[in-house]
Amino acid sequence: MPLINFLQPLVQSLKLTTNGSDCPAKPLQMGRVVPDPNRCVQCGICEYNCPIGIPVRDYAHRGIPVDDHNCITCGQCVNVCPRGTLRWETKTHTLIADRFPTTVDPILYKKQEVPEKAL
Amino acid sequence: MIHYLIVGNGAAGVTAAEVIRNRDPQGVITIVTAESCLMYSRPGLAYVLLKEISPNQVIARQPEWYAHHRIKLVHSPAKYLDIDTQQVTLENQQTLPYDRLLIAVGARATPAPYDGGHLKGVVYLDTLEGTKDLLRQAKRGRRAVVIGGGITALEMTEGMAHNGVETHYFLRRDRLWGQVFNESEAKILEEYMHHHNVNIHYNTEVAEILGDRRGNKVRGVRLKNDEEFKCDLVGIGIGVRPQLDLVQDTPIEIDRAILVNEFMESNVPNVYAAGDCAQVYDRWTQQHMLDILWPSAMAEGRAAGLNMVGQKEAYIKGSPFNSCLLFGLHIATIGQINPRRDKPETNGSTKAEPEVIQHLSRGSSEVWFTQPTPHTSAWSEDGHNTLRLIISGDYLVGALVIGDQSLADPLRYIIENQINIHDLIPYLHEGGSALKQSLQQFWNQLEMNQAATPV
Repeated sequence: MPLINFLQPLVQSLKLTTNGSDCPAKPLQMGRVVPDPNRCVQCGICEYNCPIGIPVRDYAHRGIPVDDHNCITCGQCVNVCPRGTLRWETKTHTLIADRFPTTVDPILYKKQEVPEKAL
Repeated sequence: MIHYLIVGNGAAGVTAAEVIRNRDPQGVITIVTAESCLMYSRPGLAYVLLKEISPNQVIARQPEWYAHHRIKLVHSPAKYLDIDTQQVTLENQQTLPYDRLLIAVGARATPAPYDGGHLKGVVYLDTLEGTKDLLRQAKRGRRAVVIGGGITALEMTEGMAHNGVETHYFLRRDRLWGQVFNESEAKILEEYMHHHNVNIHYNTEVAEILGDRRGNKVRGVRLKNDEEFKCDLVGIGIGVRPQLDLVQDTPIEIDRAILVNEFMESNVPNVYAAGDCAQVYDRWTQQHMLDILWPSAMAEGRAAGLNMVGQKEAYIKGSPFNSCLLFGLHIATIGQINPRRDKPETNGSTKAEPEVIQHLSRGSSEVWFTQPTPHTSAWSEDGHNTLRLIISGDYLVGALVIGDQSLADPLRYIIENQINIHDLIPYLHEGGSALKQSLQQFWNQLEMNQAATPV
């Protein structure tokens, strides 16, 4: 499908990255920090290391992107997280993610029916 | 107005309270805790020991949170449960009635099974108080011995070494984290541990902890071969036990922990259990399994909360997952990954494995130590990045990822959602870089198919 061919690079750029690899080298870049609530153990290293004091742990607990206008996008929290909970998301896929929101709230998140394994 | 009583102020209890408050604004919610502090992140204690965060920072819920959710917190251990009158008596003689009871008391470190376990200098990485004590003692400590085979012992070893204590790690067997790692994986971790100045003693077992002349401080340990080893700190990380004192003399059914059905109910009406003290049905092993994992506790707490407010919802236990950072090495563990029978079996002459693991360490799951029959495994190694997959039939059932974590989340998705990988299997068995490439391609394809399907 030609549409899929067109979308492929965009979708590939959505793939998860672990600690630090795609972090901005210097502050003030376009993008935001996105947590994976399944990996978070709420240890608080992220907000301890945040130079602005943004409650990153709360965002991670709720599973929503860190959309704080005070965020200087320094990438500290992404680098220090010992469990690879946080990742850096660039402006491009922020646009896509907002257009097609996925389930985010772990509290309200309804577990999908999983097909029973054929035995 | 329903009285919800939650025993335990950990991940499961607090998540359940939050879910209940979201669904039932009128109900009375009380959390009973044996500890004097607010809810904290137990996995975070390892980072407190590494001094990456302060002990205060690990507190995950502030008093405002309890006030905002109108949750009453009582600091007193629950002592007695009367299921006929539906009451719980606390140590301070207070009696709390309930309409719905959630037991989420979790697990506590197994105490040292040697003489001298009471001495000053015997430390645990289990509670916030214990960790603070451990930090204080490590300041003055010179030489430490850590005993245990799981994550907690390794975290304690790393923390002690970080605090400038000469650290010796005693291992009963000949392989690091032998329940989970195969030989190559253990070698990698060993290398990292040597970089952190940890001395590893294989096949060493402690027989007794020796006290000083007055008998109140640790002076060393006596080994099984009668050698004495001087030290002033002994870290115990031999595992945890679910806390079952409260339910011991009640009709509540227990196996290794409280048995619950898919609605997180025990066999007694209005009594639910979640977290480290609950044994939940696992669809891979088809048994009730115990997870000592933060994400599992959260998911179980959420399910229990929903069912307690009357919203019947079956909980489907996911594939147990943990990612950790030990000595600077990223390790992700998913599903059934017991390495013991990786070598081809020779005419059924394999040793019988014990069914139940005696000591389950914090941050692990019983499911990890199991194996499906029949199964095959695939292996890829590239310097310090390894990938081990366990395949049963057309499905992936387990994976262990060390180093590069880019495939950890895709693997978890594939295992959790039981995606058929029939066409991929020949490529996986090739191993090496072909394995990683084909897996990445498979994942990209899967992601694209999902993006193409309208939600």
